[in-house]
Amino acid sequence: MKGFGIHIEGLRKRYGEGNAAVDALKDVNMTVAPGEVVGLIGPSGSGKSTLLKCLGAVIEPTAGRMTLGDEVIFEDGWKIPDLRALRRDRIGFVFQAPYLIPFLDVIDNVALLPMLAGKPNGEARNRANELLEALDVGHRAKAQPSQLSGGEQQRVAIARALANQPPVILADEPTAPLDSERALSVVRILNDMAQQFRTAIIVVTHDEKIIPTFKRVYHIRDGQTHEEKGLGAGKSEF
Amino acid sequence: MISLAGRDILHSWSKFVLTGIGLGLLIGVTLTMAGVYRGMVDDAKALLNNSGADIWVVQQGTQGPYAESSNLRDDVYRALLTQPGVSRAANVTYLTMQVRVGNTDVRAMVVGFEPGQPGEPGYLVAGRQITRSHYEAVADMKTGFQLGDTLRIRRHDYRVVGLTRRMVSSGGDPMVFIPLKDAQEAQFLKDNDAILNERARTIANPVLNRPGVPGLLDAILASQNANHNVNAVLVQIASNIDPEHVASEIRRWKHLQAFTRAQLEDILVSKLIATSAKQIGMFLVILSIVSAAIVAFIIYTMTLGKIREIAVLKLIGTRNRTIAGMILQQAMGLGVIGFMVGKTAATVWAPFFPKFVLLEQGDTVRGFIVVMFICALASTLAIRVALRVDPATAIGG
Repeated sequence: MKGFGIHIEGLRKRYGEGNAAVDALKDVNMTVAPGEVVGLIGPSGSGKSTLLKCLGAVIEPTAGRMTLGDEVIFEDGWKIPDLRALRRDRIGFVFQAPYLIPFLDVIDNVALLPMLAGKPNGEARNRANELLEALDVGHRAKAQPSQLSGGEQQRVAIARALANQPPVILADEPTAPLDSERALSVVRILNDMAQQFRTAIIVVTHDEKIIPTFKRVYHIRDGQTHEEKGLGAGKSEF
Repeated sequence: MISLAGRDILHSWSKFVLTGIGLGLLIGVTLTMAGVYRGMVDDAKALLNNSGADIWVVQQGTQGPYAESSNLRDDVYRALLTQPGVSRAANVTYLTMQVRVGNTDVRAMVVGFEPGQPGEPGYLVAGRQITRSHYEAVADMKTGFQLGDTLRIRRHDYRVVGLTRRMVSSGGDPMVFIPLKDAQEAQFLKDNDAILNERARTIANPVLNRPGVPGLLDAILASQNANHNVNAVLVQIASNIDPEHVASEIRRWKHLQAFTRAQLEDILVSKLIATSAKQIGMFLVILSIVSAAIVAFIIYTMTLGKIREIAVLKLIGTRNRTIAGMILQQAMGLGVIGFMVGKTAATVWAPFFPKFVLLEQGDTVRGFIVVMFICALASTLAIRVALRVDPATAIGG
């Protein structure tokens, strides 16, 4: 991967038409470098989830340009024909709740993505094992998700997001259900993983505890992003 | 690739197994209904096979001894024996009635036959054939009678001297074989009060009791009390003779109705048990619809319980066909469990049915295919729901 982790220019998203039209995103500009973790904060209804859905190729932006690595993936329309494959191979997702597949054990929850991408089972499980070890949950590889604590589940979810080595991970309030200690632990892991795998990570959060840990934070308000540097740079344990 | 359906079934196996057992019992009932129909057809064929006849000769204008009543004089067989191609001919009577043993009675078809002639029970599982001219009986095991039991048929007692099996009427009633003369009496002879009454009426009738014609009254009374009727004559033909040719000759020259085996089988299967077959067919259709509804409801409910997981699966790039395949496989899995339970249940409880239940291999295979088809069809509703799930729902907001 060269250049940007992810780069967004003038992204807009309009819902509805005519008088009923609502501009959820008006002018979003954002750049996240490989290995960087940035925060995305904003009040409810500011457009965070819409932005995340656009970045996740789940909904189509109305206008703008998105570049992933060195490839333009959106410019007044998707440039990638298979968005499902784009999400599978090049975007990792971490949700507010872990949303692990309850009928798969931990290792297969992680190995599922490489398998979906066509990797042989053995190779996919080896990759999953490596990630679980790196995230310190390797000893729970054969456990069922319901047998894990909330923090362990979230670490497995992070491992799943990393399974196909995507250039970007979108984390939607990943620390919301966790206490302070575990929330900070999750952010520390995200930072470590970003460094280790050169992944650009965007963390949408309301969590006051973790905001100071980001070196850069994008504030989204009325559908527009404003970069706020130095919110926590150098002040946190990171 | 992991089998998502297999993992889900293993994860919630108790739910699947319990649901499969419930569905299986329903499938078991369905298979049993099919077995009841097959049993009826087999009973009809057994009835024809066990009689040992090639041609059934009955009263003209009737459809045989089993589907309609038929009366023939008991000397007709002599005329039939003179017919070219006929090797043996014997009288038989059939009467379905309640046969008493002690204080209980059993519904049975009483068959009057001549020992050593067509119509005799083909083989025995215990005891011996009838050797005396009167008051001995051979009973099918399904009657529950034992060797040495005393049966009451009309006014006389009969001792069971032999037991046979798979000798049933087309309705599934077990047979009791007694000597022809006894059977004729049981079927055609009036009771004593009726005989006295009839005799008094005849004596009082001046046409039949003329003073100037001695012997007329005695002759008429003797004629009234005589019993020379049978229901059918069973005919065996010489080898290499076409049964239809002999039957047509009998129809033409003897003014009687004659049926070959194929014709009588057609009467039994497509006429005598046709209504029952349609009844069973309706049950099969209803049970199939109920099974489909149950599978559809279960799979639909299970899918609704996994909407979030399905959204996540779609978000992380799982293809629609993989998700549809998962639901389809689960429905099929449920069908396989249900079919195994159903087949086992039907096999276990079939012998306890009062009538013969024949579970054929072919029906089992066809039943399995139908169950799989129903399960696949039933899963379409859940698949539609799953495919409509928006992956965006996995992301909050």
